[in-house]
Amino acid sequence: MQEMIESGLLIVVAVLSVILLLIGQRPSSGMTKRQKIMLGRILTATVLLLALQTLGSSVFDQLGAAGRWVRLALYLVDYLIIGYDILRKAFKGIRNGQVFDENFLMAVATIGALALAVYENGDYLESIAVMLFYQVGEWFQSYAVGRSRRNISDLMDIRPDYANIERDGKLEQVDPDEVEIGSIIVVQPGEKVPIDGVVTEGVSTLNTAALTGESLPRDAKAGDEIISGCVNMTGVLKIKTTKEFGESTVSKILDLVENASSRKSKSEDFISRFAKIYTPAVCYAALALAVLPPLVRMFALGLDAGWETWIYRALTFLVASCPCALVISIPLSFFAGIGGASKAGVLVKGSNYLETLSQTKVVVFDKTGTLTQGVFEVNGIHHSEMENAKLVEYAALAESASSHPISKSLQKAYGKEIDRSRVSDIQEISGNGVIAKVDGHTVAAGNDKLMARIGVDYINCHSVGTIIHMAIDGKYAGHIVISDVVKPTSKQAIQALKAAGVQKTVMLTGDAKRVADQVAQDLGVDQVYSQLLPADKVEKVEALLKDKPEKAKLAFVGDGINDAPVLGRADIGIAMGAMGSDAAIEAADVVLMDDDPMKISTAIKISRKCLRIVYQNIVVAIGVKLICLVLVALGFANMWLAVFADVGVMILAVLNAIRALFVKNL
Amino acid sequence: MKKTYKIEVDCANCANLMEDAARKTSGVQNATVNFMTQKMIVEFAEGQEPASVMAAVQKACKKVEPDCEIFL
Repeated sequence: MQEMIESGLLIVVAVLSVILLLIGQRPSSGMTKRQKIMLGRILTATVLLLALQTLGSSVFDQLGAAGRWVRLALYLVDYLIIGYDILRKAFKGIRNGQVFDENFLMAVATIGALALAVYENGDYLESIAVMLFYQVGEWFQSYAVGRSRRNISDLMDIRPDYANIERDGKLEQVDPDEVEIGSIIVVQPGEKVPIDGVVTEGVSTLNTAALTGESLPRDAKAGDEIISGCVNMTGVLKIKTTKEFGESTVSKILDLVENASSRKSKSEDFISRFAKIYTPAVCYAALALAVLPPLVRMFALGLDAGWETWIYRALTFLVASCPCALVISIPLSFFAGIGGASKAGVLVKGSNYLETLSQTKVVVFDKTGTLTQGVFEVNGIHHSEMENAKLVEYAALAESASSHPISKSLQKAYGKEIDRSRVSDIQEISGNGVIAKVDGHTVAAGNDKLMARIGVDYINCHSVGTIIHMAIDGKYAGHIVISDVVKPTSKQAIQALKAAGVQKTVMLTGDAKRVADQVAQDLGVDQVYSQLLPADKVEKVEALLKDKPEKAKLAFVGDGINDAPVLGRADIGIAMGAMGSDAAIEAADVVLMDDDPMKISTAIKISRKCLRIVYQNIVVAIGVKLICLVLVALGFANMWLAVFADVGVMILAVLNAIRALFVKNL
Repeated sequence: MKKTYKIEVDCANCANLMEDAARKTSGVQNATVNFMTQKMIVEFAEGQEPASVMAAVQKACKKVEPDCEIFL
């Protein structure tokens, strides 16, 4: 019975390797040359082994005394065909002082088994089969890992291969690296936009899915800024480039994604440290298993030593102990997780951040541009001492130098070209407002703190919004109400975070208390701190960091434009709406490619799934290993089982790791 | 100075070994091996000639992992 199973297994291996060799002939299979050679070796060794087994030892016995050695020689040839590289690597390892690795384990185990077989003139099959199945496992591992690595890389590859330049009325394809700033490039329907620029001609819709995970197309027309990495869908666009290829969005993102898996997580560090201790430990354990029990039996119990049994067990123990499944599947899981996240429009800068993200229990938001649109509109003008339009004009002029969203909305309300020459002596007071000279009048525009600072009585406003108090020549001139619009998905996003297990949500804002409280209540945010200066935000985050338990991590979400210090201070910084904002990509650890706050909970869920898979792999791989080792030590398992346990766990772990790539239904 | 090289290595553990070996090579400030993207990012120490340092790195890597390949 046992013999039939063994022969059956060998036939399966032979047939499989023929099929795989045929598949390998096609270029699309992605098999490397080394993998094909290995397949050939596996096939040859299997067929030879099958032939030798079918002949049986009786045939060789007929040759007389020499028969035993002929048989041994043939088996040895087979052993070398399948295992010579392992032996060579093990030997090199010993010479280089790196004794304990899996090659060493396999070499010692199989040579040991072979030696036992020679001594008994018994079954050579086992040691060769163990080497054979180990190689089969290694082959599958290298093929599966290579395959999935390529798949994930392809998925993240948004690299444009060429740019079209018009020369003498003809389109010419050039390397995007060679296109200079200010050149006109042509992007045809179906092509990727290779370089950031401004549309000069043409109307089209763009698919930004590769960048944002957002399937809704965007429109583009002459005058619009356009970022690289989008796919042009309908019309031909002519684009004047504003950046070099290396500085374009697509290159930045690629750079980020490619470097992501270089930042190692604690789990990965743990595994590489574990592997360094594990292998020597197992070797010593095997040595102990081979020597101690027979000695105890001999001297303490007065029994027969049974050296063969215990040496065999020790060798099996070595085979069973290979840490491959663990070492390969953990980085692969993280890589797949990062790949899956980038498919959903979430760029994670490293496995370590994915790990932190999964432990997030406190999420701190910046209000403006994160939970709200950051698009302010003038909604009311109260208590004005002059014409409303005139007040807005003064406000717009005074704030003309600021890039704050509020000044933009004032300029929008003013509606005319700003004549900068009318403004002088601009003095920005951070967190308060602006004092400037406009047409010879001293205009102060800002919040109540500014009014208090310059000693002007102001009238409080009942409307919710940002209130710009105005004082002209030291006299109160009324106030302008500007309010921000909450993003449509913000409320849902907060709920989704709660559902995902986030314990506390906090909102920080420089805005007035009333506005902030109102928004916080509408959205269901737990805590709100308002009227903060940029420096206060850092302080608040530090206080929150101190408050929370050690294990819970704090994430800060901002728009990345003025939040850089806070993004850096939090356990993990998440920047939103990073399309085109270099500062955000630089400062944050996680970048959400579009403005949707829902993506925060998506990112957390992706990280949780990935980490769950990592832990499953660690537990299953180590668990099965330990069980096997115990079974082997007690003599319940033979070398066959040990190899199958090793290869089986490895394949399961790799398949499980690939699961991290699928993030659709989270 | 930082440079990126394409590599070919079969297992993650071997990639770690290569990383260690590259870091210990003189003239290398820091090195990272990215198994997933099959790339080696080497940061050279001040005033070092990348070509000669990389030759040493390659030799060191071959020593720990005979099957690896660095495309210079």
